[in-house]
Amino acid sequence: MDNLVFRAGGWLVLAALAFMAMALAADGGFAVHMGIITIACLIVLWVTVSKADYGAIARGIIKSPADPGIYDDEPIRWGVIATLFWGMAGFAVGLYIALQLAFPVLNLGLEYTTFGRLRPLHTSAVIFAFGGNALIATSFYIVQRTCRARLAFPGLARFVFWGYQLFIVLAATGYLLGVTQSKEYAEPEWYVDLWLTIVWVSYAVVFIGTIVKRSEPHIYVANWFFLAFILTVAMLHLVNGLAMPVSLLGAKSYSAFAGVQDALTQWWYGHNAVGFFLTAGFLGMMYYFVPKQAERPVYSYRLSIIHFWSLIFLYIWAGPHHLHYTALPDWAQTLGMVFSVILWMPSWGGMINGLMTLNGAWEKIRTDPIIRMMVIALAFYGMSTFEGPMMSIKAVNSLSHYTDWTIGHVHSGALGWNGMITFAALYYLVPRLWGRQRLYSLRMVNWHFWLATFGIVLYAASMWVAGIMQGLMWREYGADGYLVYSFSEVVSAMLPMYLIRALGGLMYLAGAAIMVYNVWMTVLGKLREEKAMTETPHNEAADKPIVAQPAE
Amino acid sequence: MNYEALRHFADSWGLLFMALLWIGFALWTFRPGARRHHDDAAQMIFRENEKGRTDINGEQNNG
Repeated sequence: MDNLVFRAGGWLVLAALAFMAMALAADGGFAVHMGIITIACLIVLWVTVSKADYGAIARGIIKSPADPGIYDDEPIRWGVIATLFWGMAGFAVGLYIALQLAFPVLNLGLEYTTFGRLRPLHTSAVIFAFGGNALIATSFYIVQRTCRARLAFPGLARFVFWGYQLFIVLAATGYLLGVTQSKEYAEPEWYVDLWLTIVWVSYAVVFIGTIVKRSEPHIYVANWFFLAFILTVAMLHLVNGLAMPVSLLGAKSYSAFAGVQDALTQWWYGHNAVGFFLTAGFLGMMYYFVPKQAERPVYSYRLSIIHFWSLIFLYIWAGPHHLHYTALPDWAQTLGMVFSVILWMPSWGGMINGLMTLNGAWEKIRTDPIIRMMVIALAFYGMSTFEGPMMSIKAVNSLSHYTDWTIGHVHSGALGWNGMITFAALYYLVPRLWGRQRLYSLRMVNWHFWLATFGIVLYAASMWVAGIMQGLMWREYGADGYLVYSFSEVVSAMLPMYLIRALGGLMYLAGAAIMVYNVWMTVLGKLREEKAMTETPHNEAADKPIVAQPAE
Repeated sequence: MNYEALRHFADSWGLLFMALLWIGFALWTFRPGARRHHDDAAQMIFRENEKGRTDINGEQNNG
């Protein structure tokens, strides 16, 4: 009882402090955020003092199986739902801002709905909310199975989940309100960064704690990738987030670095967010789910280890390729370019390792749409890790930089690699996490696959054309040394490509909507009556012994 | 230590150290006996759980 009073009092004090911070806030954005924190503290306070068993209510809402299972899967179920929810939100905002570029009237004349504020909302929603929830959920699933141990700190694992959602809400509302430190993929301000640090350290503690108490002697390679992802993101976030707030009751802060040092720190962070968040973490998913779904071990375990060390040693140096032809010293630009080009090799080693896992089971691509998603994910991993090194070469970069080619490149990686491997992992997980015989519908997975694939093709192809066209128009000189095209002429030439891109985004979103329905029905325990994906043909007429013909 | 000294340390001894470390990690996977260990590790995710009941992981996946 004393413990309960102590905890409830603690939450009340925190709520009161957040409320005071809201009242004394130096700016509107900080006040709204402190209001959100006050509400969050009061909700936790209510859950603490109320007699109701909220754990049981939550299990009822998401239809958790009655048998709790030998592993701690509850936070993973929440993570699957959060991944789908934030994914839909992020894809929808992406489609909306794609349409804003084609039809500027969609900015609506409000500061809150301008492209400049919605774009970070889109990027953070898909990378950190969709991707981050998928990574936390799958890493908790995989680390338990491969270590044959339950999560080390169950309470802390739940804190990681809810704390991460609070981070997402604070970040997302901040972007709309104009609270940003203007660093790409690191937009949240100092106090949200501090909160993320607490959540991330807790995540590391749960993950490492589970590895420490493992009953399997070897640490499976997927966990190496997850561990590199967790530790490196922590390091990147801490260094790039170093800032001095103007006031302890205001949102604004100034970076600890200035000028080109700040730019280099930002892109050291930014590129390794791609390298360790969107690559290493998702490779952890790949190295577990692809062998499991294909029902054969990874093609070469040795190659997976060399893939790991090469990626870890090389990626961290590639960031300066974002700063070609800037004030960054030339040798640093060349260093970034060289390491980016070398990085092509381990990336393709990993792609080949994933694809060759299907060696001897290639027919599964025809019969199993989940395998098909994994194969297209690996294909896009290969394509974007070839395109990236190519674009990092200075001569190519002088054409591609600042154009929509970059946007196309990012999306072939994000939609193709990260999106598809996440969808495949979720389709694998849902029947297992909810104890269902199978998914509601495999044919819907197939529909999702084709909608998403055609969506990506339209997206990437239109952005290649748009980007190369932009780059060539910008650098076109006339005979007398003047630029041939004005900027606005380039912008109006982009309209058809922007419309095709938006159509691609719409198809990708439609595929994800089918997935939400499919997962929903699976969670409800329904099975769709449908024709099997393949049938073995049987010819009744030919099914008879050969009758010997009498000799003439 | 000033910027110049750090820079020259990084592109000489630092680079050598990192390169040797990487070569060491890569060569270690080719040590004698590694193949058996790797094959075992690759198969580990398919072994049924020895503790308690078989979870649904062990079953044939139908999607």
